[in-house]
Amino acid sequence: MSKNPIILEERKSFVLSNQKKQESIIDCEKDSVSGAVSQRACVYCGARVVLNPVTDAIHLIHGPIGCASYTWDIRGSLSSDNENYRNSYSTDLREEDIIFGGEKRLEAAIDEIMESKSPKVIFVYATCVVGVIGDDLKAISKKKSQEYNIKVIPVQSSGFAGNKKDGYKAACHALLELMGPKEEKEKDYFEINYLGDFNLAGEAWIIRNYLSEIGVKVNVTVTGDATCEAIEKAGNAHLNMVQCAGSMTYLAKQMQLKYNIPFEQVSFFGVTDTAKSLEKIALLSGDKKIIERAQNFVREQVETANIELKKYLERLKGKKVAIYVGGGFKAISLIKQFEDMGIRSVVVGTQTGKEEEYKKIKELTEEGTIILDDTNPSELEYFLRKTKADILVGGVKERPLAHKLGVAFIDHNHERKHPLCGFVGAVNFAKEVDLTVNSPVWSFIEKKGGEAYVYEEEFYTLERQSL
Amino acid sequence: MLNYTTKEIKERSALVVNPAKTCQPIGAMYAALGINKCLPHSHGSQGCCSYHRMHLTRHFRDPIVASTSSFTEGACVFGGKSNLSKGLETVFELYNPDIVAVNTTCLSETIGDDLTEIIKSTNLPEDKVVIYANTPSYVGSHVTGFSNMTKAMVSHLAKKERDVPSNTINIIPGYVEPSDMGEIRRMLKLLDIPSIMFPDTSGVVNAPNKGKYEMYPEGGVTIEELKATGDSKATVALGSFSSKEAAYELEKRFDIPPHILKLPIGIKATDEFLMSLLSLTGDVFIPEELEIERGQLLDVMIDVHHHYHGKKVALFGDPDIMIALTEFVIDLGMIPKYVITGTPGKEFERTIKGMFEKADLKECVVKAEADLMTLHQLIKNESVDLLIGNTYGKYIARAEDIPLVRVGFPILDRVGHSYFPTVGYKGALRLIEKISTAILDKYDETCPEEDFELVM
Ligand code: SF4
Ligand code: SF4
Repeated sequence: MSKNPIILEERKSFVLSNQKKQESIIDCEKDSVSGAVSQRACVYCGARVVLNPVTDAIHLIHGPIGCASYTWDIRGSLSSDNENYRNSYSTDLREEDIIFGGEKRLEAAIDEIMESKSPKVIFVYATCVVGVIGDDLKAISKKKSQEYNIKVIPVQSSGFAGNKKDGYKAACHALLELMGPKEEKEKDYFEINYLGDFNLAGEAWIIRNYLSEIGVKVNVTVTGDATCEAIEKAGNAHLNMVQCAGSMTYLAKQMQLKYNIPFEQVSFFGVTDTAKSLEKIALLSGDKKIIERAQNFVREQVETANIELKKYLERLKGKKVAIYVGGGFKAISLIKQFEDMGIRSVVVGTQTGKEEEYKKIKELTEEGTIILDDTNPSELEYFLRKTKADILVGGVKERPLAHKLGVAFIDHNHERKHPLCGFVGAVNFAKEVDLTVNSPVWSFIEKKGGEAYVYEEEFYTLERQSL
Repeated sequence: MLNYTTKEIKERSALVVNPAKTCQPIGAMYAALGINKCLPHSHGSQGCCSYHRMHLTRHFRDPIVASTSSFTEGACVFGGKSNLSKGLETVFELYNPDIVAVNTTCLSETIGDDLTEIIKSTNLPEDKVVIYANTPSYVGSHVTGFSNMTKAMVSHLAKKERDVPSNTINIIPGYVEPSDMGEIRRMLKLLDIPSIMFPDTSGVVNAPNKGKYEMYPEGGVTIEELKATGDSKATVALGSFSSKEAAYELEKRFDIPPHILKLPIGIKATDEFLMSLLSLTGDVFIPEELEIERGQLLDVMIDVHHHYHGKKVALFGDPDIMIALTEFVIDLGMIPKYVITGTPGKEFERTIKGMFEKADLKECVVKAEADLMTLHQLIKNESVDLLIGNTYGKYIARAEDIPLVRVGFPILDRVGHSYFPTVGYKGALRLIEKISTAILDKYDETCPEEDFELVM
């Protein structure tokens, strides 16, 4: 056991214990402390996860090989036709390119793509090194676009220039560049864009089906199972429906300016949120028939889902969960979903949550719940033990940590194998939680509880000035 | 997903499609984990470190921790000095490792941070050690990074403290699994040879579950041992690409004779490994336990040679593993139709070509600095019976309906690699089991009813 503090002085303001009576705010939206084991990723990572599901585009990573290797088909998003996006293209910069510039190599790489394929769109992603050596991605993209009469779109995603959120923005800019003008003719049906679903395990298909059941047409899903052609026509919808707020609110705002399309936040995680979101969209359509169909559909679905869910409630009641996910919005919907299952959230953290999201988290959770921004494995370990959580929800790097501690784990990120959204997803989710938390394997582990820890506790009730 | 791959092969000079390698820092990070109580530190932006940890975590299914200098735009303009100094202070305060192993990334290399100078000017706790390696990812591959960090262990720590060398032999196991490192240690123990093996990730990235999280599991070579490598009487470096640099460094500094061998994968390479060790100690007998293992391996090879003899196999992965595996499959009577590595190196092509010539294999192809698109196209032109390589091979395996035996790095979709060795006689036995099973399973699934047999 280390005698060192678990929480570094500089990190204390990023950790909070929920004290309802006091107005407290958490530090967030800041750079990580150098030397900390951060779980955060980079700008490129943000751009890649958002754009990668565009199925028929070529995603060309301009940089040394690693950036392309690590992101090769790790997204888990499905396609209904073209699977080009699952390949990994890179310029694999070499030393001479770093010295003399990588522009020539990039041009040659695009030529070589065009020799064997005929893509309509090539996204060219900038990585750190490209930002530093100063390759003019814009100029080359323009030149190549003209030469081949296709769209070569630069994605300004040099890793160091911010964090994952800035990568989302870079992706949104690339998407906006792809979107064509709005068609002028009026439509006699209600049509929406669905932003921020990446079709992990086919989730976008489920929502598409729900909407079609109630009579709402989906113009394009951004970016799950989207083709370039579909995205080009995004300007034609009546409404933008935003699921993943972190990545897509910016795009929705820009589309409002560009095409005058309003947007609404929705969530399809959990029975309650799914039902609410469908009803909300129906209302926004202003179409009586859609509203009625939505009400009926929701009633039926909620009923069936609840019958299914009931099977698990008994087995899950009273368990405690720790949540550590990328964005604040996902954390919020998870808290609610667990509450529906009778599971209390004892730790809630995000990599890139915003201040208002943390306020909401504070509102939703109970007194004493630990709230964390940009945490690291030692802190996580400490709070998992301290709170005696039964389950951790997190990403790839957290899984083995939880397992070593004898804590069940749920991946709510790229590695989910079953859809977790919609009514069916809510049931899948309960099933998955049950499957892991009630596995006999935990009985072989001697849980050591928090007894090894005798740290000072002052951060635990850490309070800051109100806004 | 690879259904679109075309048969026609066009030479590419600038574009890599589906890489068969990755970047230096991850190799350096893996090597660093093989030092007891070591925290790897990545000097660059967060993204790289996060990806390297993620990839290693997926492969080993164990928590892989490393800190990062967390570069922002400021660091790119003014240099990463303050990030690293501050970062190292934080690391020791917060995580209390005995040693930190710093690797660079393309970013810190490109802006030209001078690690030697920065670390010298940083206020470090007295009893702590920092070593570092330059690992620009636009040079070499992850294998190069492993080699560079292994070499750094020598250049920063090894010392000569005795006038007469000790009896100890330095063993550099190469970029292999923790299970392989454990197996190499077991063989040394059976031979009763005092040794220092570095790096040694066994017990670190395949640590037992004790119901608690240990940031520094028990395994790994200690700093004291690394210091003592300067007093050893010889160095045995396994796998030239990943190990020879450190061996040469020991020779340069302390005149310790280097012996560069193949990875002991397969019967011949294991024989050579053991015989070389014996020649160093002057012993003549192989311990009975190893004799028995060899005999059992041979027995199985004879019993089932008809399962794989004459079968064509495509191999891809890291150069050291490929070199040893190619030799082994040739010894099994298989035809290594294509041998591909993503890591650059003419030496690789020369070595494999030599093997082809010696075995009179005329139409086999070897390529260094190649990618899996190339391998797939080759297979489209003339198919093989078996693929041997890492998890990424599953795309080709599915598209072409060829069984895949998973060997190498990374393996993201199967377990066992961190626990069962590939090296030594035991490893060879396991490889045969896998190869033979893969071929027979495929046969059982696809053969006509009248050829479906109980006994094979
Ligand atoms: S930027 Fe360089 S070090 Fe980082 S992941 Fe990419 S190739 Fe590897
Ligand atoms: S090099 Fe830059 S872009 Fe690539 S993974 Fe690292 S931080 Fe991200």
